[in-house]
Amino acid sequence: MMAINVQTLIPLFVAIPLGMSLLVQLVARRRHAVAETLTIITLLALTLMSGLSVGQSGIYHLGGWPTPVGIDMRLDALATLLLLVVSVVGLAVSLYSVDYMRRFTARSHFYSLFLLMVTGMNGVILAGDLFNLYVFLEVAAIASYSLVAFGCAHEELEASFKYIVLGSLSSALILTGVALVYGMTGTLNLAHIASRIAETGMSMPLLLAFGLFICGFAFKAALVPFHAWLPDAHPSAPAPVSAMLSGVLIKALGVYVLARLAFNVFGIGANELSLLRWLGLLSMVAGGLLAVGQKDIKRLFAYSSISQVGFMVLGLGLGTPLGLIGGLYHLVNHAMFKPLLFLNAGAIEYATGSRDLRQLGGLNRQLPVTAATSMIGSMSIAGIPPFNGFWSKLIIVLACIESGFYGFATAAVLVSIVTLAYQLKVQRMAFFAALPEALKDLQREPPMMALAMILLAVGCIVLSFAILTGLRDPWLIGAAQQALTAGIFGG
Amino acid sequence: MSGSRKLRDRGTGMGMTVKTVTRWLKGPILLFGIYLVLYGHVTPGGGFGGGVVIASAFILITLTSGELAGLSIFSKGAASRLDSVGLLIFLILGWLGTWWASGYFFENFISTSETAYHSVLSGGTMPIGNLALGLKVASALFLVFTVLSAFQIAGRAIDGLTDPEEQQREDKS
Repeated sequence: MMAINVQTLIPLFVAIPLGMSLLVQLVARRRHAVAETLTIITLLALTLMSGLSVGQSGIYHLGGWPTPVGIDMRLDALATLLLLVVSVVGLAVSLYSVDYMRRFTARSHFYSLFLLMVTGMNGVILAGDLFNLYVFLEVAAIASYSLVAFGCAHEELEASFKYIVLGSLSSALILTGVALVYGMTGTLNLAHIASRIAETGMSMPLLLAFGLFICGFAFKAALVPFHAWLPDAHPSAPAPVSAMLSGVLIKALGVYVLARLAFNVFGIGANELSLLRWLGLLSMVAGGLLAVGQKDIKRLFAYSSISQVGFMVLGLGLGTPLGLIGGLYHLVNHAMFKPLLFLNAGAIEYATGSRDLRQLGGLNRQLPVTAATSMIGSMSIAGIPPFNGFWSKLIIVLACIESGFYGFATAAVLVSIVTLAYQLKVQRMAFFAALPEALKDLQREPPMMALAMILLAVGCIVLSFAILTGLRDPWLIGAAQQALTAGIFGG
Repeated sequence: MSGSRKLRDRGTGMGMTVKTVTRWLKGPILLFGIYLVLYGHVTPGGGFGGGVVIASAFILITLTSGELAGLSIFSKGAASRLDSVGLLIFLILGWLGTWWASGYFFENFISTSETAYHSVLSGGTMPIGNLALGLKVASALFLVFTVLSAFQIAGRAIDGLTDPEEQQREDKS
């Protein structure tokens, strides 16, 4: 196999989408086809680059400046896993947007903001220091605020405003945490902070900083009780944006950073793990129960995201290798089936003009690709064997039992049944109920939208086979788990 | 109708004294901004600080002489394009570091002789980077100000048109 110099790739994960975002504004402001093509090519290139980075690691010193002076970018197995997830979902979403966004004006602005959001997420994943992590977090967050408000309707502007206010509050908490860590350790480099904490132990101000980080990043991950923004922001955004927000943004900005800081920087103890487990349990149960009563299909999926993030955080909060594998596997699986479900909801809204389940029905004949892929997505998220969601939830339940947390295991099983209930509700009301008279003459899904949904559905099926590797592979999920269990960064 | 009248009123700007002082000051402010950008690597300042000062010159013109006066010097389209161009130059500069020097993104690939220290040309690629950032920050800040003021004017115009009490007051006056 051709050896790839990973050093040259690391800054390009940020530079390429950022450069293309600017280029779209410059050359494709009124030529929407050019903007679409540039975006798809960019995401394709990022997917290839992420694929080439699998199994590799490295630290990149920007400008050639050594670690204490310059800015570091750090690539390891966990970062590669997240980069791959962001790129693949981004590619599917950019394909879907070609047809879906035709109803909107100023589409080049959409593609520009979309690429800027990808830039921010890639930057967060690769950041080797706390301050750049914060800066890229803001880049992604501000792009997402604009994308939520993209339709400029009353509901979208209100949701975006709520998202900005709560997002800014969480960013302020994170920045205060960054200042405290800098004040106590005298450095912002993640590896250096880790080695200073290993030497001196966790003082009270550092514990406070860690608490601020947990609150701040729990906001970004939409964990209960920090979830209030998500059920408004995700349904209001255009479907491709909802897919990116629920599929990757809450993971890259929330769950990933939380895991990175907890396991690799602060060196997580029993109390912190317990806090993560309880946050996970609360989100899992509350999100699931709130999803059941929803009538708006996208709002239902938004509450479902809160519940599924709970599963991930519960797995990570166990702190055992099996728990971490379960959490990471569920993170990757959720990044496939949740964008798929949001794209399905977008296709339904595109064809019928409604997201209200009570006004839908019988769409399995009218929108066959949406119905088939939605069935795969629903069965995956509900944890029906042999789909990917079943295996990741099973691993999380087994990890709970292995650690002696029988109550958490029981709750995970019960919430899986609740998940099945609300997904069956969607299937029955949208696809299998009697077809309303008004929906008799619907047009089928446009080809690019169908292609994107098929791509993600195939992704769900492919990920189901990941269980055959035992998930202790040295490349992706197994390697990412090892990156977390290896403990804090070396100097 | 009241909305369009308000727009015209606002466009006339402030009094003659303020406008005259602004006419005198805009040149030195611009010059100071350019100085801060160019000498950012040897004195306090740089692309961001200098860009903010440059933008403040255009914002001052807008505040004293009205939106149209500001936009006639620095149009929204030009500001938007320069905003993208500035950051693109900065990125290309970073990429050239990878290509020309020993392989690191943003590596300073222009060598400087010892006699050039403390002069404009002593920073290698840094003055170019500062220029690019200055361009970006000045354009972006001016755009933010223009867009926010446009929203405010539009909001007032809409309020003026839809608020019946204000409409009655306007009619009486």
